[in-house]
Amino acid sequence: MRMNHETARTTRFARRKQFNRLAIALSVCAMLFGMFWLAWILWETFSIGVSSLSMAMLTQSTPPPNEAIGTGGLANAIMGSLLMVALATFVGAPIGILTGVYLAEYDPRGKFPGTVRFINDLLLSAPSIIVGLFVYAAIVVRFREFSGWAGAAALALIVIPIVIRTTENMLMLVPAGLREAAYALGAPKWKVITRITLASARAGVLTGILLAVARISGETAPLLFTALNNQFWKASLSGPLANLPVTILQFAMSPYENWQQLAWGGVFLITLAVLGLNALARMLSREKLK
Amino acid sequence: MNMAEPSPVAPTKIVVRDLNFYYGKFQALKSINLDIPEHCVTAFIGPSGCGKSTLLRTFNRMFELYPEQRAEGSILLDGENLLTSKQDVALIRARIGMVFQKPTPFPMSIFDNIAFGVKLFENLSRIELEERVEWALRKAALWDEVKDKLPLNGTSLSGGQQQRLCIARGIAIKPELLLLDEPCSALDPISTAHIEELIAELKKNYTVIIVTHNMQQAARVSDHTAYMYLGELVEFCETEQMFLKPARRETEDYITGRFG
Repeated sequence: MRMNHETARTTRFARRKQFNRLAIALSVCAMLFGMFWLAWILWETFSIGVSSLSMAMLTQSTPPPNEAIGTGGLANAIMGSLLMVALATFVGAPIGILTGVYLAEYDPRGKFPGTVRFINDLLLSAPSIIVGLFVYAAIVVRFREFSGWAGAAALALIVIPIVIRTTENMLMLVPAGLREAAYALGAPKWKVITRITLASARAGVLTGILLAVARISGETAPLLFTALNNQFWKASLSGPLANLPVTILQFAMSPYENWQQLAWGGVFLITLAVLGLNALARMLSREKLK
Repeated sequence: MNMAEPSPVAPTKIVVRDLNFYYGKFQALKSINLDIPEHCVTAFIGPSGCGKSTLLRTFNRMFELYPEQRAEGSILLDGENLLTSKQDVALIRARIGMVFQKPTPFPMSIFDNIAFGVKLFENLSRIELEERVEWALRKAALWDEVKDKLPLNGTSLSGGQQQRLCIARGIAIKPELLLLDEPCSALDPISTAHIEELIAELKKNYTVIIVTHNMQQAARVSDHTAYMYLGELVEFCETEQMFLKPARRETEDYITGRFG
């Protein structure tokens, strides 16, 4: 009787160990499958991208087609992208933070905030080309001109829902006790929010903004019908504005070798920027956990 | 059922009359009547869910942060009904300090943790503020441990130190009443002993109410004890009397562990 019990237990244990091994093997396979493609993408962009890098890429504007490889650069596209991403972030981030604060701190379970949250989730998952079309209809058609302003507006519309989501989530993570402790001292609501809850969630909120910046710096679709593109150097947002994603699209699809080369360079720059932003965001959120 | 009232040795600080409390439709407090004496430590004991923390949180209207919670009846602090007061709730809370179960250091320096509450209602010079911070930290028996690291973040302290920081923060605003909601439940015995000594010291200047799960703690630190069960106040009397010869059978069963 006792022997039986023991054998049953050992066979059960052996089965459990086997199953454990199988599960680990499967998840490692899945991980390797994903990593393989990611590594390939990175390898391809870096190896080809690095070879097309040159000082001219950062100082000269986009060249006409069919010129010698190595002449011309992406300076105008880099400048345009920086301008639009910066404006979209400066407009979108505060709106997103304020809305996130409203959702998390004022009546979080109310009907209206619930509706806002639902619509925001729709916006969050809306294909970016729809955002581009909307801005085209709302701004470009009205002013009869493609412009950097319209491009920045489209990018801001992508930033806002991301920042709302992360800000709200981060504020929800702040323990209720911390809020109560501040109210218990007689602190007014605005002070509790700015000095206590937002301050505790600061790293998380900043991470959300950085991720939004990373996301929009590679977005092509919202810029196609808004900023369009431009061959010339310009540091203003009026009129069609050069930018990296659309330039890459146009140059990569072209039959001209010098353009294709520059497209690879642009891909490399964007990848580098997005990687850097993500690394920074990770560092910030790790800081928060300490 | 709630008739037991203590002999009025000290003047009364808080008078609770016919207090009912609701979480949505659920009634968590059932017509509570209670007189809390000044400059004494009053303990609320009872099993989980009996309403002792709920009662404590009505005294500074903390429940108002949550729209589904409401209180009916009256709570008189020095004769003024807190529940119907026209005063801004922030002004009421400034007269009442509160310490929670888990330590809640603010995301700022140790110094600012104390100064935050003080600066809300007082306009002190830098030197006066520094003196106040030191005074509060000394009162909370924390000064010697943190005097060299005031600019460090409050979260860098140990759990017991954080809780004493929160007590220092609560007394720095010089409240008349100090509410302690199971302040030692997350602490080791040494930190608990520190805080119990502190409570004994504090009652000279403040009226202290402490919610505790720990009956020995209630017996050690309090002058009066209220035993609550299922939202009702079963018995309220001097602590010694409650633990030696409680008037009611239910109280005795709970205190001696024969509960139920």
